[in-house]
Amino acid sequence: MSSDNGALVQVRGVDKVFKRGSEKIHVLGGLDLTVPQSEFLALMGPSGSGKSTLLNLIGGLDRPTKGTVEVGGQRIDGLSERKLAAWRARHVGLVFQFYNLLPVLNAARNVELPLLLTRLSKKERRKHVDTALSVVGLTDRSRHYPRQLSGGEQQRVGIARALVTDPTLLLCDEPTGDLDRKSSDGVLDLLDTLNRVQGKTIVMVTHDPHAAARATRTLYLDKGQLTTEPVA
Amino acid sequence: MKYLGLIWSNLKRKKLRTVLTVLSIFVAFVLFGYMAALRMAFSQGVELAGLDRLVVRHKVSIIQLLPEAYEERMERIEGVEDATFATWFGGTYQDPRNFFAKMPVKPEEFLAMFPEYVLTDEERAAWGETRTGAVVGRALADRFGWQIGDRIPIEPDIWRLKDGEGAWEFDIVGIYEGAEKNTDTTQMFFRHDYFHESRRYGTGSVGWYWVQIAEPERAAEIAQLVDEEFANSPAETKTEPEGAFAQGFANQAGNVGAIITAILAAVFFTILLVAGNTMAQAVRERTEELGTLKALGFTHRGVSMLVLGESLLITLLGGLLGLGLAWFLISKGDPSGGMLPFFYFSPKDRLLGVVVALLLGVIAGTWPAWQAQRLRIADAMRR
Ligand SMILES: Nc1ncnc2c1ncn2[C@@H]1O[C@H](COP(=O)(O)OP(=O)(O)OP(=O)(O)O)[C@@H](O)[C@H]1O
Ligand SMILES: [Mg+2]
Repeated sequence: MSSDNGALVQVRGVDKVFKRGSEKIHVLGGLDLTVPQSEFLALMGPSGSGKSTLLNLIGGLDRPTKGTVEVGGQRIDGLSERKLAAWRARHVGLVFQFYNLLPVLNAARNVELPLLLTRLSKKERRKHVDTALSVVGLTDRSRHYPRQLSGGEQQRVGIARALVTDPTLLLCDEPTGDLDRKSSDGVLDLLDTLNRVQGKTIVMVTHDPHAAARATRTLYLDKGQLTTEPVA
Repeated sequence: MKYLGLIWSNLKRKKLRTVLTVLSIFVAFVLFGYMAALRMAFSQGVELAGLDRLVVRHKVSIIQLLPEAYEERMERIEGVEDATFATWFGGTYQDPRNFFAKMPVKPEEFLAMFPEYVLTDEERAAWGETRTGAVVGRALADRFGWQIGDRIPIEPDIWRLKDGEGAWEFDIVGIYEGAEKNTDTTQMFFRHDYFHESRRYGTGSVGWYWVQIAEPERAAEIAQLVDEEFANSPAETKTEPEGAFAQGFANQAGNVGAIITAILAAVFFTILLVAGNTMAQAVRERTEELGTLKALGFTHRGVSMLVLGESLLITLLGGLLGLGLAWFLISKGDPSGGMLPFFYFSPKDRLLGVVVALLLGVIAGTWPAWQAQRLRIADAMRR
């Protein structure tokens, strides 16, 4: 899925403008970003700077107003809604700040969700789910519902769900934002392992310098642009 | 259907709400079943009436009697194939609530004119040999658990016995089946000769006549000939096609049908609001989850189908359970205890019920499904 120069994600000259009524909000302006294969990139920046917006563009959840987004050598900014949905299901794993698990499904069935979109048989799905849950160390909690799990455990279920389709790209939006230090460390250890052992490319948005320190590189978003140094 | 599990889980989210919604749909469909059966009961009288039979009654009223001797005179009228008579017996079997029609007839002629009442050859023969013999319809026999050989006492109200104040006794010699689904099998027929010889008064008179005609299109003309025959006699007649006899009944039935349809329309409109509201709420409170599904790779269409599927599951669950219970209850007989012989839930109405349940699900789910469809991920997932 990597293109020739080893870059998995290439964002070129991207603008993102939101319209709220007659008012236009320029969030990203002429933004460039290259994420090499197997990098663990941390994105930081003040609230409202557009970190989630950028992550959404990379993950194909939204389209840029201008510019191109290429992932694994494929342009995704122009795909139709259907194609984009299928592409997301195959290539991207998403981890959210508030876990976004379905409360009516137990851990195993939450993890299974993305697999419903594949052609896998029930038995194969089951195998993938078991594997993903064992990777995050929750094999024994598979029948528990989200409300029966701690925040840290819920987030690990969320990560298992992101992993279960074996995507090359893992996008995490403040994955530890709602967790205490200890659970945080557990989740970060997990991401670290996934990156180093399995070679997963990870882009993680965070407010926490402690979390960013676990990444291989940190970029700062400010005024619609990325910089390598935090803006004072 | 790997998505069914997902839809089902969503129904369990707010169990009480789901149960209440399903319950109200369930009740509506039980009602639907009963209303359909009731409408059937009221409209069947007409469809059932033979076109080739006339009913001849006393001109003044149905309760005035006609001379038994009219039979021969009727049979001489041009266009009349056969004439036979019956009399309203009334009477009570054990309890006044056990109402059913009982009439003395002349077995041979009667059975020839009413081929829709089906007896075996043995039963026919037995009826011929047993003076106190009676035949009862299948539904009537089932209602009271009667069997051939049973002796049935009937307390008289109109027709007292010649000797004594006691009950008339009839021996069941046959149980007739209906040739058609809507044949009336709630009646009892017994022998006129027994009636004739045992009644205290009224000898030589009968209740009404049935006249068989060969050409149904001449019914009106022949009816007139019959009435002319007895004009200016002490007992003048009024002759109508059996269908017309039922027609007066049918006009009322038409009104009943319209009322029933109106009630059902109101009920289903209410149910539509209930189901629609449930689904609208379900989507509103789940905005973020639907957004998550889309983020995970579910398409707009896919998510809207999940919502529509949920709506259908709710209405089908309530609808099929309701139709099922209605079917079961209706098959046990009509609520008036036998006064509505054609009270049944026809296959056509059952199919209609399923179609209505489906439609209800689709209509109730359309708007919420559309809401779910147009949900944009970036918006849905922002808190
Ligand atoms: N769907 C949308 N419609 C309108 N405005 C939006 C939308 N999404 C984001 N915005 C606006 O774009 C800006 C950037 O939002 P974004 O969520 O990307 O910020 P962020 O850096 O992730 O902030 P935080 O750290 O609080 O999560 C904000 O001003 C926000 O109000
Ligand atoms: Mg954000």
